[in-house]
Amino acid sequence: MTVRDTDEQDAPLLKALREDLDQGFVMLFEAYRGLVFSTALRLSGRWADAEDLTAEAFLRAFRALSGYDADRIGSLRPRAWVMTILMNLWRNQHRDGQRRPLLDLTGEDVEEVDPGESVEAAAERRETGDELAAMLRRLPDDQRACVVLRHVSGFAVSEIADVLGLPQGTVKSHVSRGLKRLRALTEGGAR
Amino acid sequence: MNSPEDRLLDRLADLTTDAPAGLLDRIAARWVRVDGPLGEMSVAFTDHGIAYVRTDPGDFTASFRARFGRPLLPADRPPAGLLPALRTGRTSGLRFDLRGLTDFQRDVLLAARTIPRGEVRPYSWIAHRIGRPKAVRAVGTALGNNPVPLLIPCHRVTRSDGQTGDYVFGREAKETLLRTESVNVDEMRTLAARGVFYVASDTTGVVCFPTCHNARRITPRHRHGFRTLAQAAAAGFRPCRSCHPDLAA
Repeated sequence: MTVRDTDEQDAPLLKALREDLDQGFVMLFEAYRGLVFSTALRLSGRWADAEDLTAEAFLRAFRALSGYDADRIGSLRPRAWVMTILMNLWRNQHRDGQRRPLLDLTGEDVEEVDPGESVEAAAERRETGDELAAMLRRLPDDQRACVVLRHVSGFAVSEIADVLGLPQGTVKSHVSRGLKRLRALTEGGAR
Repeated sequence: MNSPEDRLLDRLADLTTDAPAGLLDRIAARWVRVDGPLGEMSVAFTDHGIAYVRTDPGDFTASFRARFGRPLLPADRPPAGLLPALRTGRTSGLRFDLRGLTDFQRDVLLAARTIPRGEVRPYSWIAHRIGRPKAVRAVGTALGNNPVPLLIPCHRVTRSDGQTGDYVFGREAKETLLRTESVNVDEMRTLAARGVFYVASDTTGVVCFPTCHNARRITPRHRHGFRTLAQAAAAGFRPCRSCHPDLAA
């Protein structure tokens, strides 16, 4: 998909946002709720966290739109814009969460890699129940974000670079390292 | 032919899923227009409860957005319990979304909620009740900013001099509402003009606010008026456990 296609698809949405912010917002939500929720779910690995992230991202989008004039709304690329809001939210919350790890006393945290663990055991502990989704959680944040945006959310490398504020080369390298690691994890677990 | 890498990419692409139903209602509020005690009113509500009530339909959407920063969409039906509550005047079962308020504002509104229909309390009573006896003025401000008037009855909080006081929909509306709820506004004023702010019964030995349901039952023969609670106490009367005049002394 080229950027031009996206722009043309967005024209009715941007028109609606300019004419009636509330109804336009519903269109924005309907168009991108699956994309935002899927991305949030695969980043966070938890259904409830994904719901919170999605609701908060769209609420922030609405509050930002409330302050934009017609020109600013007209120049938006809503898909990338909404995803930028989500990614900033996730990175901020994630960082805050890591600053106070003592709050998580459930023992469910699986950030560190345990090579001896079977795929079944790993999958069982995940609310998503999907082994690949579980293995995504084992990737470092940058790699996970880039792999999810590239291959779950379907963003081009150039779009990811914009959304995350990273050079394209860095995005490419995060994606390829992340995929390599995932492949090693899946092959290791498939024994 | 599929390489392992291709299979991995396919499986990643399959990890998309739709957002759960009802997620929009965690973001957007809904609104309806219903018949209320002052005529038609607009009511906005979220998944947490009723958030905003105004009688003027004109700037409802704009003022809601300025105050709450949420999308506001038309609702298919009023929130659960609203119509019965309006019909019977019993609003104690309603759920409210008071998330945007400070703890102080919330405490003030929850205290106002405890005033029964047909009765009024002074501002200082609320201040005492929430443990901030000196914050009488701030109580008035918090009640004036009540996002859900009529449903959380801030109109039942009146001045201690017997006047009904300010109201978000105007003083006249406040008096109309109190009369609708069978508050004897005229008697309140007459008593206040005579310097009577508490009414006691010599059969029960209890002293009340004049609008308390216990005070209204006292027959003229057994009725005694007092300017202060201290005077009532000196005369041997104890504060009513229903209207708690001791909270505003």
